[in-house]
Amino acid sequence: MLRIPCPVCGLRDETEFSYGADATVRLPDMNEADPKVWHDYVFIRDNPRGPHKEYWHHVSGCRQWIVVHRDTLTHEIFGSALAREVAA
Amino acid sequence: MTARRLETGGRIDRSRELTVKFDGKSLPAHPGDTLASALLAGGQQMVGRSFKYHRPRGVVAAGVEEPNALVHLRSGDRHEPNAQATMVEAFDGLTSTPQNVWPSLQFDVGAVNGLLSRFLGAGFYYKTFIGPFSGTKYWMFCERFIRRAAGMGRAPTLPDPDHYEKINAFCDVLIVGAGPAGISAALAAGRKGDNVFLVEQDRDLGGSLLSEPLGAPSDAWLAQARAELDGLPNVRVLTRTTAFGAYDCEVFGLLERVQDHVLAPEEGKPRQRYWVVRAKRAVLATGAIERPMVFAGNDVPGVMLTSAVRSYLNRYAVLAGERIVISTNNDSAYPAAIEFAKAGARVTICDLRAEAPTQFVDSAKKAGIDLRPGHAVLKVSGGKGVKAAHVVRIGPGGKIKGNATRIACDLVTGSGGWAPALHLWSQRFGKPQFNEELDAFLPPAEKGTFSCVGSLIGSPSLRDTLSQGHEAGGAVGKEPALFGHADHWGRNLVPLTVIAKVNGRTPGKAFVDFQHDVKLADIDQAHLEGYISVEHLKRYTTSGMAADQGKTSNLNALARMAELRGLPIPSVGTTTFRPPYTPVTIGAVVGHDHGLNFRPTRLTTIHGWHQDNGAVMIETGAWLRPWYYPAKREDINDAYIREAAHVREHVGIVDVSTLGKIAVQGPDAAEFLNRIYVNGFKTLPIGRLRYGIMLREDGFVFDDGATTRLGDHDYFMTTTTANAANVLARAEYLLQTAWRNLNVHVTSVSDQWCAIAIAGPKSRALLTALTGAELSNEALPNNHFANVTIAGVSCRLHRMSFSGELAYELYIPAKRGRQIWEALMAAGEPFNLKPYGLEAMGALRIEKGHITGSEIEGRTTLKDLGLEGFASSKKPFIGSVLRKRPVLEDPARPSLVGLEIVGDTSTRAGSLLYALSAPTKGHGEGWVSSVTYSPALKKNIAMALLSRGPERHGETIQVVDFVGGQSWLAKVVSHHFFDPEGKRQNG
Repeated sequence: MLRIPCPVCGLRDETEFSYGADATVRLPDMNEADPKVWHDYVFIRDNPRGPHKEYWHHVSGCRQWIVVHRDTLTHEIFGSALAREVAA
Repeated sequence: MTARRLETGGRIDRSRELTVKFDGKSLPAHPGDTLASALLAGGQQMVGRSFKYHRPRGVVAAGVEEPNALVHLRSGDRHEPNAQATMVEAFDGLTSTPQNVWPSLQFDVGAVNGLLSRFLGAGFYYKTFIGPFSGTKYWMFCERFIRRAAGMGRAPTLPDPDHYEKINAFCDVLIVGAGPAGISAALAAGRKGDNVFLVEQDRDLGGSLLSEPLGAPSDAWLAQARAELDGLPNVRVLTRTTAFGAYDCEVFGLLERVQDHVLAPEEGKPRQRYWVVRAKRAVLATGAIERPMVFAGNDVPGVMLTSAVRSYLNRYAVLAGERIVISTNNDSAYPAAIEFAKAGARVTICDLRAEAPTQFVDSAKKAGIDLRPGHAVLKVSGGKGVKAAHVVRIGPGGKIKGNATRIACDLVTGSGGWAPALHLWSQRFGKPQFNEELDAFLPPAEKGTFSCVGSLIGSPSLRDTLSQGHEAGGAVGKEPALFGHADHWGRNLVPLTVIAKVNGRTPGKAFVDFQHDVKLADIDQAHLEGYISVEHLKRYTTSGMAADQGKTSNLNALARMAELRGLPIPSVGTTTFRPPYTPVTIGAVVGHDHGLNFRPTRLTTIHGWHQDNGAVMIETGAWLRPWYYPAKREDINDAYIREAAHVREHVGIVDVSTLGKIAVQGPDAAEFLNRIYVNGFKTLPIGRLRYGIMLREDGFVFDDGATTRLGDHDYFMTTTTANAANVLARAEYLLQTAWRNLNVHVTSVSDQWCAIAIAGPKSRALLTALTGAELSNEALPNNHFANVTIAGVSCRLHRMSFSGELAYELYIPAKRGRQIWEALMAAGEPFNLKPYGLEAMGALRIEKGHITGSEIEGRTTLKDLGLEGFASSKKPFIGSVLRKRPVLEDPARPSLVGLEIVGDTSTRAGSLLYALSAPTKGHGEGWVSSVTYSPALKKNIAMALLSRGPERHGETIQVVDFVGGQSWLAKVVSHHFFDPEGKRQNG
């Protein structure tokens, strides 16, 4: 079980969170009409080995989406920030 | 083996006597004994039969590594299989029976397998039953016999009467193992003021010190240390507790055996307690396990680990044999041998090394020990007990010389070096390093937040062990100073544990893994067959895969493989350790989370009324909902058909409180709704509501529901019951990540609002009478809402229809739900109001062709569901681009139709559809999603997804239920079966 630092609630058990998605991928602009752009957003995702940024949702806590900086190989967590405060 | 209890000594309470039973035989014991020590003291040498060959087996070890002495414990509903006799504390009334024996321990039919051993070797199952017989039923036929013959204990069949508890805990430092190293660490960390957990699997603190002779210098230190720990309120000592798993982020799983050492748990106490401990750092002081020697007959009862015999002698005052032959490759056997001799045994030491260690020679000789350096035990003879050791001269590299000499004896012990109990470390960090000098895998002293101390890292002496613990604990206070020979590391070891003839074979079966009956020859065979990887070797031979997970066998199997491949051990590698370190009772992990406590049951605030009025309830997700309200002698079909027909003729009410409800608030709420719904919401005026559909980004339908505009910036959204949490999470995701510039707040209000649907031609009259409000079609047209007061409670009345009738949804502050429901029932009497359940609601919506989760199932698009008309062409929305993917535009995709079933029986959801003349093979042209009997049409009808469906109205097709083995003919029609113009709901 991971222990995830929530910027609002502090260090909490993984079971309080749900995994969201790759936090380096951006939702296309709503006026984007090119199917390729939307296709790549939905279907083309990396599965990196090593440090990675990912969205987690503190579902059973403050309900904030957070960006967790985590090593997918060692599970080491380097830090986290509120998704709404991370530079877009 | 003629084991006996000595008159004096031992750490047992001789003032009290108790009786334990094994195989129907009563054995005397004392508090402080284990079942194993009582068995040995009582002369019970043979304790079970082996897994495959049903060979007689006896106690090998004194601790958690015991591979043989597995017993059934207790009986009836407390029956427990695979209990290690070495870990079971003796208590009065303990009953145990041997496992894997039939008809009895002494005479066992399965022992014939031993004669067939050349056919039962490595890969036996694969070769015999999978290869040449693959595709036949032969394997299935044989399996049940094999499973009965080969096996461990019998699983319990009755419900467990005991309680198990779960506890979450936090600490600064978790110390695993309360031997000298762990205690020393706990003292230092405790003095420092850390919040300390000291975890010990034994009943007592002390670890290896408990196997020192009574009155050893360590006793005084131990007593003093225990007293100091008792006085430190910040140190929590957990005995009878195993740290079985080390997980990421310093989370540990602990199993505390709270009441395993008594006949039945005391009132109010759990049998076991499962701890999840989150530590800031960990100190592992888990010690080491002695390696057995591998020679012919090394599994005969009476062949034991030297360290175990020492524990039985010093801790339990049981001398396990009178005439002992020891086979050792290191120094650690000598102090033990001297103690055996002093206790009255005649001892021979066969030392594989050319010279006996000088520091022990004098005292050994003085104790009368027969020293044979340059010798080894080649073979043990005996069936149900050791009769003799066949000792042979051995040269450098392990080559035997000359003929063996027979030494009559009753106990043979092996000292093959030490294997650190690095399981927890390895679970967390993976592969350890091999130490050539100690012939063992060792973890580093420090890694991350873990410190390893003591025998676990091959500490050279007790003094070093205490010093390492002290440092790891935080080095506060006086460093413990204690000298003694409690040095469990065999020094000057020669890395040799297998004694075989010059041709590499053993003169008889030599076992590597006792618990799974894996012989040395099986490893050799696997090698001959080309196995290289140790992970493959393990699975092919099953070495190390039994309940003991190879605590005594892994290193010997690895060493043999390395030798056969001519490589050093580190090049061959080691297998991965995974939790749990020792078996964990499933009940402890489950705790109280079973039955109704498995997850919360969600009840609406009207639930009590449903119960009081005979509703049959159904689980939908976590919710309990009324399914139908049976009148006398009605079954579900009678009831729902009556309820649905009643709604079409009079008026009915249904509890729809389970709908998801989300408050969408803020100046950009309309823009937000406009982006997540396929249809437009910007123009929705205050006081009105609109049905909306959401897509996923990939273009498939996600959810539907109605959203009501309460004020300028205030919207009330409903979702399907099933998707309530997903819609909210998705909305939060979009608002917090991509659309941060939108000023919108979403809040779940599902639990704040109770909802009741009132449907039927008399609904308006009923509500007018009850509320006194003006509810005419002009005052409150469809898709509008009004604020009304019922019984003094302010409610919101939404005019909308799911049934196709003139209908309303009433939103009530949750706590007033039952009160309003009862007010409706009372006011409804003149209008013949009846409640209806989920099944009738389903029948009504299928008659209307409305979709639910059966149609919005993740694979359907707007086009598939005939809802493309809802999609706005004037604005982008989530899914608007990808829903137009060519593959989703394919006209051959299954699309929504209605089916009228020919005949009197209903079809089943999930049935497949085929053209009338087509063979009913393969996936067909579509499937049935929802079925009902329609009281309005007096027909069995269904909704289905059929390839090119809308073009095929009027066609007759085949409907096949492969699960139930039934088929029907059905006519394809529009899924808007009833009142397609919507006259009734708009009237």
